[in-house]
Amino acid sequence: MSDIILDQDKNNAAPSAPRSSVARRIFHYALAFSVPLALALGWEFAVRAGWSNGRLMPPPSRILDAFADLTASGELKIHILATLARVLAGFALGAVTGAVIGALAGVSDIARRTLDPSLQALRSVPSIAWVPLFLLWLGIFEASKIALIAVGVFFPVYLGVSGAIEGIDRKLVEVGRVFRLTPFQMTTRILLPAILPATIIALRAGLGLGFMFVVAAEFMGASEGLGYLLVDGQQMGRPDRILAAIIAFAALGKICDGILVVLTRPLLRWQDLARSQL
Amino acid sequence: MLTLSSVSKTYADGTEALRDIRLDIDQGEIVALVGGSGCGKTTLMRLISGLDTASSGSIAVDGETIAAPHPAVGVVFQEPRLLPWLSVADNIAFGLHHLPKAERIATAQDALTRVGLAGYGDRWPRELSGGQQQRVSIARALVPKPKVLLLDEPFSALDAFTRAALHEQLLGLWDAIRPTIVIVTHDVDEAIRLADRVVVMRPKPGRIFEVVSVAAPRPRDPLGLPYEKAKRRVLHALDRSLQNEPTTKPAAASGDAALWW
Ligand SMILES: Nc1ncnc2c1ncn2[C@@H]1O[C@H](COP(=O)(O)OP(=O)(O)O)[C@@H](O)[C@H]1O
Ligand SMILES: [Mg+2]
Repeated sequence: MSDIILDQDKNNAAPSAPRSSVARRIFHYALAFSVPLALALGWEFAVRAGWSNGRLMPPPSRILDAFADLTASGELKIHILATLARVLAGFALGAVTGAVIGALAGVSDIARRTLDPSLQALRSVPSIAWVPLFLLWLGIFEASKIALIAVGVFFPVYLGVSGAIEGIDRKLVEVGRVFRLTPFQMTTRILLPAILPATIIALRAGLGLGFMFVVAAEFMGASEGLGYLLVDGQQMGRPDRILAAIIAFAALGKICDGILVVLTRPLLRWQDLARSQL
Repeated sequence: MLTLSSVSKTYADGTEALRDIRLDIDQGEIVALVGGSGCGKTTLMRLISGLDTASSGSIAVDGETIAAPHPAVGVVFQEPRLLPWLSVADNIAFGLHHLPKAERIATAQDALTRVGLAGYGDRWPRELSGGQQQRVSIARALVPKPKVLLLDEPFSALDAFTRAALHEQLLGLWDAIRPTIVIVTHDVDEAIRLADRVVVMRPKPGRIFEVVSVAAPRPRDPLGLPYEKAKRRVLHALDRSLQNEPTTKPAAASGDAALWW
C-alpha cells in the first residue's frame, strides 16, 4: 500500500519540479551577474562618452582585446598551463601530506600532542615570509614555487582532516562495534564516510589557497604563468593585460573548484537533502 | 538463557553504577527494566551488549560469556543511529556484510516490509520520521537473527500514538522469531504492555529492587484487571524504590553531604 502512495508522490513531483527549479536557477544567475554586468557596461559607456580616458582602468572592450591578443599569440594558453601545472603539483603535494598528517593527528593522541603545537605555530607564519628561504633552499625554478603552494594547501587540509576525525560521532562508531567490524572495516565503512564531507570542504579550501599562493610563487620570478603576466603587465604599463590575467585567475580557480565539486558530488549525495533544507 | 551473575560495575571515576545484579532470563522472554534515571539501566544494557565490561560478575548467553560485542546480541539504541551515508535498505543490511549481495538485498527488503516500510529502501535516513528511523534501527538489529535483542529507551523520543503503533510492531516481530528481549523504559504502561517481567531498579548504587511478573495474556487489554494489577504493583514498587532511598542509609547520606562541604 505504501508502495502505491510512493509512486503517486513521484508522479506528482516529477513534471513540476524541474520546470520551477530551472526558472529559479536562471533567476539566480541573473541576480549573480547583474552587479558585474552593470559595472562593466557603465564603465564602457563612461569611457566611450569621454568622461574618462580609461588609461589606468581600461573598459571591458579593451580588456577583451587584450584577451583576444593573448589568445591569438598563444601566450594565454602557455601562461594558464604553467599556472595550472604548478597549482596541481602543489595541491597534490600539500593535500596528500596534509591528509596523512591530519589523519595521524586525528587518530593518535600522542601524534596530535607532538605535532599540532608546532604546526599551529608554523601556520601563523605569513606565506610570503617563506619565499626567501625557499629560494635559498630550492632555487628559483619550479621546486620552490611548488613547495610554497604546497605549504598553502597543507594547512587547511591538515586542520580539516584532523578536526573531522576528532569530530566523528562516537555513537556511530559504537554501531560499528556492535556489528563487530574489524579495524579495517571500521575505517572503510564508518570512519572514512564520516569524515568525507569535512575532508572535501578542506580540499576545496586548500585548492583556493593554492591559487592564492601560486601568485606569490610566480612573483618570485617566473618567465611564464598568470602571475608572471601580472608582473609583466605592471612593468609594461598594460593594465588591460593585468585585468585579463586577473579574470583568467578567477575563471581558472572557479573552474577547478567546480571540477572538484562535480567529481565529489556522487560521494556526498546523501547530504544534498540536508543542504536543501537549510 | 541470558544469565547475569552478580554483575557489578564501577566506572573509572569511582561511580558505582551497578551492584550485584542477578537475573535469569528465559529464551523468548521479554523483560522490561524500569527505574529512575541514574539507576544503571543504560550501564546494564551496555554490559550485556559487550560495549563495556563488568567490574565483577559475569554475563552469559546460552552459557557463552559476553566480554565483547557478540553475534547473539542485537542492540537498538535510544537514538536510531542510522548511518546517514547509507540508504535505508543498506542500513538494514549493515550487519549482513558477509552475505552475497543478492541475499542482502532480499533480506533487507523483507525486513522493510515487516516493519511497514516497504518501498522506503532507496531513501536516505534523513528522509524518514523519527518513528520510521527507529523501525529501521530495529530491523537492522533483527536481521542478523540475534538470540537477544536489547532496546534502551527506544521509543522515548516518540509521541504516544507512534509509540503505541511501534509496541504492536515490536511484538509482531518478536512473535516471528521469538528472541529474548530486554527493554529499558521509563513508561510503566510500555513496560506492562510488552514485558513478561518488569524489573524495578533503584539507584546509588544501581540494584534490582523488585521483579514483577505480568500474568496478563497477550494481546494485553490496558483496561483489563490483570493489566491494572500489574501496573499497580510496578507503580507501588517504583514509589517505594524512591522513598526508601533516604531512610535506608541515613548515616552514609549525611556522611556524603559532610564530605561535600
Ligand atoms: N561513562 C561513565 N563514567 C562515569 N559514570 C557514569 C558513566 N556512565 C554512567 N555513569 C554513571 O552511572 C550511573 C548510572 O548511569 P546510567 O546507566 O546511565 O543510568 P540510567 O540509564 O538508569 O539513567 C549514573 O550515576 C551515571 O552518572
Ligand atoms: Mg539511560
